[in-house]
Amino acid sequence: MVSKESILTLLEEVCDPEIPVLSLSDLGVLRDVSFRNEEWVITITPTYSGCPAMKTMEDDVLAKLKANGITNVRVELVLSPAWTTDWLSESGKIKLREFGIAPPEHEVDKSVLFAAPTIVPCPKCGSRETKMVSQFGSTACKAHYQCLSCLEPYDYFKCLK
Amino acid sequence: MKNESLYNYVLRLGDDSLILGQRLGEWCGHGPILEEDIAMTNISLDLIGQAMSLLDYAGEIDGNGKDHDALAFLRFENEYQNALLVEQPNGDFADTMMRQFLFDAFRQPLFEKLVHSSDAQLSAIAEKSLKETRYHLKHTSEWIIRLGDGTEESHTRAQKALDNLWRYTDELFSETSADLSLVTSGIVPSMVEIKEVWNKTVHAVFAEATLQIPTNNWQFEGGRRGVHSEHLGYLLADLQYMQRAYPNMKW
Repeated sequence: MVSKESILTLLEEVCDPEIPVLSLSDLGVLRDVSFRNEEWVITITPTYSGCPAMKTMEDDVLAKLKANGITNVRVELVLSPAWTTDWLSESGKIKLREFGIAPPEHEVDKSVLFAAPTIVPCPKCGSRETKMVSQFGSTACKAHYQCLSCLEPYDYFKCLK
Repeated sequence: MKNESLYNYVLRLGDDSLILGQRLGEWCGHGPILEEDIAMTNISLDLIGQAMSLLDYAGEIDGNGKDHDALAFLRFENEYQNALLVEQPNGDFADTMMRQFLFDAFRQPLFEKLVHSSDAQLSAIAEKSLKETRYHLKHTSEWIIRLGDGTEESHTRAQKALDNLWRYTDELFSETSADLSLVTSGIVPSMVEIKEVWNKTVHAVFAEATLQIPTNNWQFEGGRRGVHSEHLGYLLADLQYMQRAYPNMKW
């Protein structure tokens, strides 16, 4: 018997292709699972408008469910309400840090006039002495930082509100 | 077509995003430093993503079954309604940053207002795009200040870029009589409000960047009604090549 819970359990194993430690629900991209007109509708929302991973996520969701015998299924993409990093789960933030990506931060550094107002601790050594190299990183959702204590360059999953 | 005014409005938003996204993509592998190469292609990606949503919606309003690909790749030059500003060539880094800054300073207040549109889909696209545009404007404002208030060379180039591109800015705020009917029905904001915010932003940033706004205010227009500069044809030849050479090919 297929239930919403069994689908959610299966989807726990579908991860972001760029950040394979995060499931779609950790990421906040998975918005809803519902049964409408004899089919399961999986609702997802993009992180960024042009995120090239969205198509892969959609394909991976369908592949996962079909491999488990659920064939009456489609993926629906919704834009509103717009995704925000607030939807990233607490366990997702821990997994990100362990993976070497600094999770979104809200603490503002008032000593800087502009350019890098947020304190982003290093995911490797925990130092708060870090600098932003560029607001734009390896993917649309990340900025590029460097730790001034251990010199490690790292990605920061930037805050989007 | 149910609503030709809305179709044209959404198409224009989509064409601005598409053409500027394509221009920025031309920097891929040619940025002055690696971080800026990545930044420009990131912004390009956001713009092309926005173009996909906007052109899909324009196709939906049109009701002829055209999706974003059909609208992006299979129209003639005079069917594109983007502003002349976004099709201008990349030039040097100062030219590209100036073009982007003038555009971002326009798009941010526009999306802020469009979030409150009585049209649900337009509001949803604006809500999504606004978050991205805030990052773009922050980035380009910082660069304009850094270049203008930087070395003699960077100041000269930034001023030259401003002198050249200023003449394409009025067109961003042009409104047709059809647009005004959309304003009345609460679907889109009045461009008068948008221009006020834009003026404040550009004056503040140029003051800090020690750049002078040109006193000669002669302005070009035409893009919004499909009359483009010669640059668009070359851009489209590049953009459309695959679909024209191999019709209906899939990637």
